[in-house]
Amino acid sequence: MHIHRLEKIWLTFGVTMLVVFLLVLGLSAFTMGMDTPGAGHSHSIDPAKVDKTPPFDKPEIKRIGDKQYEAVMVAYAFGYSPATLEVPAGSTVRFTVTSSDVVHGFEIPGTNVNMMVLPGEINQVSHTFDKPGEYLILCNEYCGIGHQMMFTKLVVK
Amino acid sequence: MIQSFDRKDGRLVLAHLLFAYAALFLGGICGMLQSMVRSGSVTLPAGIGYYQLLTAHGVLMALVFTTFFIIGFLYSGMSRTLGGALTGVSRKLGWAGFALMGAGTALGVVMVLLNKATVLYTFYAPLKASPYFYIALVLLVVGSWLSGYGVFAQYRTWRRTNRGKLSPLLAFMGVVTMLMWQIATLGVAATVLLQFIPWSFGWVDTINVLLSRTLFWYFGHPLVYFWLMPAYMCWYVIVPKIIGGKIYSDALARLSFILLLLFSIPVGFHHQLMEPGIAPFWKFLQVVLTFMVVVPSLITAFSLFATFELSGRARGATGLFGWLKKLPWRDVRFFAPFMGMLVFIPAGAGGLVNASNQMDAVVHNTLWVTGHFHLTVATSVALTFFGIGYWLIPVVTGRRLTARLNRIGILQVVLWCVGMLFMSGSMHGSGLLGDPRRTDYTTYNDSPESVLWMPYHVAMAIGGIILFLSLIVLMCAVVGLLRAPRGEEEYPIGEVIDTAEKTPRVFERWGLWVAISAALIVIAYTLPLIDMIGGGKGSPGYKMW
Repeated sequence: MHIHRLEKIWLTFGVTMLVVFLLVLGLSAFTMGMDTPGAGHSHSIDPAKVDKTPPFDKPEIKRIGDKQYEAVMVAYAFGYSPATLEVPAGSTVRFTVTSSDVVHGFEIPGTNVNMMVLPGEINQVSHTFDKPGEYLILCNEYCGIGHQMMFTKLVVK
Repeated sequence: MIQSFDRKDGRLVLAHLLFAYAALFLGGICGMLQSMVRSGSVTLPAGIGYYQLLTAHGVLMALVFTTFFIIGFLYSGMSRTLGGALTGVSRKLGWAGFALMGAGTALGVVMVLLNKATVLYTFYAPLKASPYFYIALVLLVVGSWLSGYGVFAQYRTWRRTNRGKLSPLLAFMGVVTMLMWQIATLGVAATVLLQFIPWSFGWVDTINVLLSRTLFWYFGHPLVYFWLMPAYMCWYVIVPKIIGGKIYSDALARLSFILLLLFSIPVGFHHQLMEPGIAPFWKFLQVVLTFMVVVPSLITAFSLFATFELSGRARGATGLFGWLKKLPWRDVRFFAPFMGMLVFIPAGAGGLVNASNQMDAVVHNTLWVTGHFHLTVATSVALTFFGIGYWLIPVVTGRRLTARLNRIGILQVVLWCVGMLFMSGSMHGSGLLGDPRRTDYTTYNDSPESVLWMPYHVAMAIGGIILFLSLIVLMCAVVGLLRAPRGEEEYPIGEVIDTAEKTPRVFERWGLWVAISAALIVIAYTLPLIDMIGGGKGSPGYKMW
């Protein structure tokens, strides 16, 4: 099949760009630790027994190392528990989240924290909060009549 | 001498188009109201919920308007290029499909109006709607299958009576589109029939949420290509004729459709990149396959602009861009799809951002994504469909697109473009700031973030109003077309340029393409699906509205 010279140039350029994009994405995901949420961590949970399954029986934010925190959270219609979250500036927080009812979202605008929270699955993402302030955590997946009221705050001091 | 359109086929096509326009108008009213609610300009009366409107908007626009219009257009192309009339079998299948899809739409809309199915058009489990909402979806899908069988039957009959001949390009593309649809809808059929219906009737207690989402997105991404491929048919075959040019290459056009068939399906995970329960390797594999589907779009862009330039130069255009002036800008049959093509450039680029593995975290489930598909389907595809309607209604009714109706059409298209600039532009902007999609009016207790989003919401509402005005003009134009003076309007079908090479016959070896498509799907999905079916406890259902 004959392909015009200009079209060959165009397609070569286009396909090369795609390959470059994919290399950037793949290398940063698999060699630089910038992967999608929940990577390298896959376990499920009985969605009807979230309140009896550790660690979600006691949702809390706890210190796990120097400036390292783990926030164990449960998303529900229409809120998150624990209700208050506070860490010092410069802390890295690992959010470990599941849902006790329907599908929810977990997003902190202005950061790369953005993940789906599914009943029956545990999702995880880490972020370092350098700037002090109040960070909005909101649900970005429709979960019912009160979806727009589903949010909490993380205070970085 | 213009060949007149078969009258029985014309009625079938017209029924599909008018049903599509009615769905579009209702969906448009919902859309305008949503943009006004979200900007805080109005509150809904009579206990109508924002999410109820949003469900209606999504179902009517994404599922009903598109599917009806596409099937109407495909049947017109089959009738015209494969023998001048549909066979009895194909026409009956077309009407049977229309009846089932119509019944499904009616049932679905009633369920949404009764507030028994406020689950949005993606109906993510474990939100549990009335079982009759899921049955409505089954009727829609099965109806579209019957219509697909009608397309295949017409094509087979033609091949039998025209042995050894290359099939007409428009018909070939229609067959590929319907073949892709048959393969893609298996996913949604599986989840609705095996998961949602037994669960919503209470025959089983729980549902596997991750599995249902995966089966949905196995269907959900090719769904967007099901919208796009008929638009490509218009761009490849119809537009060259309207501008008085020739099709640049028959072979490349067929190649790009085959690539769309192969690569539009095994890519659903790029909608689930932020989700738990899917290993990073499988996500990335499908991201790679997603990027492959850009290649046919690159081929398409080249072919189309080659057609424009060649036809402009053939009519004496000089200089690097002189051919642009030779294009028939005042002809709505060209202007509407051309604006669609133009918008597809930023739309496609935005799509690459969404599919970019971990980069998706910046935009996932924000208004950016809503802005993206308001460019792709609601501008590129919708404008192309509007452009088709302006000549197809006259063709099938034996009337003429008058100069006055053409001017009304141009006005409608300009309004649509301006409205969408406001709507989609502000969605992209506020989405980048983290503004979530699918959310009723809220300030999150006066959070400073959300105050920043407000001006964008006002711009969206302005866009919504302009778009609604465009729809009113469109409805007037449709009524005008139905009452236009009798005559014969041309069904524009481009011819291939004389210098093009012979098309390889391999493109019509369907067994081969179905086998490759199946192999890609098996590779991309088998292991993750086994994991999902085996793992995890099911979830009970919830009615959260």
